[in-house]
Amino acid sequence: MDAVERLQEKFASEIVSVGESAGQTYIIVKREKIFNILKFLHDSGELLFDHLADLTAVDWYQKKTPRFEVVYNLYSIRYKQFLRIKAQVPEEDPRITSVSSIWKVANWFEREVYDMFGIVFEGHPDLRRLLMPEDWEGFPLRKDYPLFLEPEKEWSGFKELKEKARRLAPYDWYQRVPGEPLPGQVKEEVSQEGEGHGTNA
Amino acid sequence: MAQTLEIIQKQKDSEQWDEPYLVNMGPQHPATHGVLRLFLELDGETIVRCDPRIGYLHRGVEKLSEHRTYSQAMVLTDRLDYIASAANNVGYCLAVEKLMGLEVPRRAQIIRVIVCEMARIASHLLWLATHALDIGAMTVFLYCFRDREWLLDIFEEICGARLTVSYPRIGGVRLDFNQKIIDELYRFTEEFPHRIPEYETLIDVNRIWLKRTKGVGVISGEEAVNLGLTGPSLRGSGVRYDLRRARPYLIYDELDFEVAVEFEGDVYSRYRVRMKEMREANKIIRQCLDKLAECEGEPVIAEDAPDLVIPYGKIKRPEPALHPKRGYLVKGVEVPIVPEGEVYFAIEAPKGELGYYIVSDGTGHPWRVRIRAPSFVHISALPALSEGQMVADIIAVIGSVDIVLGECDR
Amino acid sequence: MIDFLRLYDTANHFLLKYLGLSVFKSLVLVGITLLHVAYTTYAERKIIGHMQQRLGPNRVGPRGLLQPIADVLKLITKEDIIPSCVDSPVVFKLAPFISLVAGATSLAVIPIWEHFVVTNVNMALLVVLAMSSLSSFGVILAGWASNSRYSFLGGLRASAQVISYEIAMALALVGVMMLAGSMNLIEIVKAQIESPFKIYAIPQIIGFFVFMVAAIAETNRTPFDLPEAESELVAGYFVEYSGIRFALFYLAEYFGMIVMSMLAVVCFLGGWYGPFEVPGVPMFWFLLKLYFLIFFYIWVRATLPRYRYDQLMGLGWKVLIPLALLNIVITGLIKVLA
Repeated sequence: MDAVERLQEKFASEIVSVGESAGQTYIIVKREKIFNILKFLHDSGELLFDHLADLTAVDWYQKKTPRFEVVYNLYSIRYKQFLRIKAQVPEEDPRITSVSSIWKVANWFEREVYDMFGIVFEGHPDLRRLLMPEDWEGFPLRKDYPLFLEPEKEWSGFKELKEKARRLAPYDWYQRVPGEPLPGQVKEEVSQEGEGHGTNA
Repeated sequence: MAQTLEIIQKQKDSEQWDEPYLVNMGPQHPATHGVLRLFLELDGETIVRCDPRIGYLHRGVEKLSEHRTYSQAMVLTDRLDYIASAANNVGYCLAVEKLMGLEVPRRAQIIRVIVCEMARIASHLLWLATHALDIGAMTVFLYCFRDREWLLDIFEEICGARLTVSYPRIGGVRLDFNQKIIDELYRFTEEFPHRIPEYETLIDVNRIWLKRTKGVGVISGEEAVNLGLTGPSLRGSGVRYDLRRARPYLIYDELDFEVAVEFEGDVYSRYRVRMKEMREANKIIRQCLDKLAECEGEPVIAEDAPDLVIPYGKIKRPEPALHPKRGYLVKGVEVPIVPEGEVYFAIEAPKGELGYYIVSDGTGHPWRVRIRAPSFVHISALPALSEGQMVADIIAVIGSVDIVLGECDR
Repeated sequence: MIDFLRLYDTANHFLLKYLGLSVFKSLVLVGITLLHVAYTTYAERKIIGHMQQRLGPNRVGPRGLLQPIADVLKLITKEDIIPSCVDSPVVFKLAPFISLVAGATSLAVIPIWEHFVVTNVNMALLVVLAMSSLSSFGVILAGWASNSRYSFLGGLRASAQVISYEIAMALALVGVMMLAGSMNLIEIVKAQIESPFKIYAIPQIIGFFVFMVAAIAETNRTPFDLPEAESELVAGYFVEYSGIRFALFYLAEYFGMIVMSMLAVVCFLGGWYGPFEVPGVPMFWFLLKLYFLIFFYIWVRATLPRYRYDQLMGLGWKVLIPLALLNIVITGLIKVLA
């Protein structure tokens, strides 16, 4: 492939490996010169990868040694070429250069990756949490982050909300009695048969 | 626009400048299409700075997908762009199928194109309705809902659901079309082209509408690509980039349709693009219906489709008592459904490029599902589109890039 | 020495004869107008509903006819919330009353029939104009006192809009004054009937157009409903109001709409005169014209989108005011030549 060849001759020392998956070429590179590589791909007239389709990260927790991979899916609208660049980012120093000065769209993509994986993008103009609250602890899309948090580890805002609900409960329309249905609510008849996934077939 | 900002900057530098007037628009606001929150710095009515804050509808779809099987994760994609859920499903299924190397029967492909285009029309109708309502044209809103209702009724007939359809399956679609659906679709495609002029007469000849939309939120083609805009929002700036033509999927390369492009790059041209697209989508449905008649009676799901095979062994929970009718689940086989690998597959969803980047580690669960949502990107482009304009313009701009917060926050 | 007895007698006589009559007339007028306001909301919802291919209210009473009453009951019984952060609770409470009272006072000087006007003052036209600009004070104060960003923007927009459109409206009415040679509304109606076209809407077609546009802007209705622009400012100046005070703002808007329509009927459409007399109902033609104008307001609302703030200002200052001035010049020329 043209782009791969061009990269191999220009950034030979940076490329870790080249591969193909489901008909799509990907190049795994080291993280140090990622900005130069992407700048080259964006600017060079023969490649012109002007559309950063996607920027994300993958957490290879306990599967591969550099734990993170930052993935850039590039597309050239003029030449209809597709290319995926993957930059390796180690766990102990999760940092990589920001490309938001090349593609403005990378601004939010990088913020999201920072929010979800804790990878810091150096040179990013405004690296804040995006989807999660600003005082959230941990990085949710990391593989060692559980799907359900234990109650004591819950977000402080949510704890406050629950506390407030408990405080305001006496002013509620109805007094809630545990186990009893609210007025107007029909108490569900739980038949012995209906339990589980149904045996009445 | 740039001049206004310059003047404001000069005022800022001078000593008379007071603190800016901050307006927190949203997350509950009638014109932010959900729970978008915009942090606006105003100078009079002019927007100096716009800072969108998102995440109020964040449900962690990507995280949840990692804990489900491929078939189960498809249901989550419904909840992304709930206006056009069929397109999300199709995109996800196509990505997984590409990863598996699964061949989908032709009839299923045609049906998928039909539901995708139906979703496109439904989405554009809702977009037009809310966009018009934002600008103040109340009547267009209800006219559009009337026709969208028709489409939703057809969806209900197809699969029983109106909004979150979950109709496609990995390897095909769930059910074949019956004759009633086909007849109804023929009637719809016959009637719908006459409905579009109805909206246009209310809008296109209206001077207030033109004043509100022409020259507002202008963006050049180059800038739009750099900002990552896709779909109608990009094509309104004169860039002919439509995934149905650029990287054809399903049977789009056999179909005869035009890619709608306008060159002004303002709110009005984005509106024109979507109106054209509705006409083209109608044409596509019509062609597909004719093609559907050619392959009558063929299967709609591949034989080796992994659909509904849920490897229960992988799920860490007590095995539930199984329904006898779902006998094939009893096997509980741990099937390594998807071979190791990764794929980025994007389709032309109604709102823009909807991409799925799926990484498989060779088990029944995706290792990573990344959803490249057009709304997410479009919201990130809002500051560039709206700074230096009036408060009323940002409403028009939000409307014109067509966002759905379910998709943005995921 | 002052004859106290005689003074008392005169006062008593005056009270009984004039004031008593005035109070009676006012009560009748306010009652009728309130009923009209209630059913204007109903008509609006019903008419717009049919224009938009839906039904409109149809649950309360036959064909939803009791809907306005249900609405009023609901709004009255709702809790009157005053947000804890309002700038000045007194002004916050007062603002809707200022708006409503100023809007409703104009009714006193508008003749519905030759013999039915609460107070026949010679400066009636000025009174109406003054009152309509006063009613905008309620809006501005509400925006200020609410201490909310949206309200404040709405209030600012309202003040700018009302000031600029009032000029256009007043100038449009100058043409009528010149033709009639009076500011007494009864005189104006009579002068119209004696004029060659019978109504001033024909010779004053420019003035009529300017007046109608300015009147829509003055009453803050679509396409000029910027102070309460729903999609931008949520509800503009009354975003913090609820219950009865919210209802009062609503009432004020509809009062304004009816007063402006009445003024248009009196000044441009020949008041209570019609092609023939309807026996027993002297106000028949007046009401017919009034209903048509109200329908016009509703029709406009169903059709047009909303202007942007700067475009609205541009329309007011660059189009309507020059047009109104031109109208005055033309009227003057006609007056001189004829």
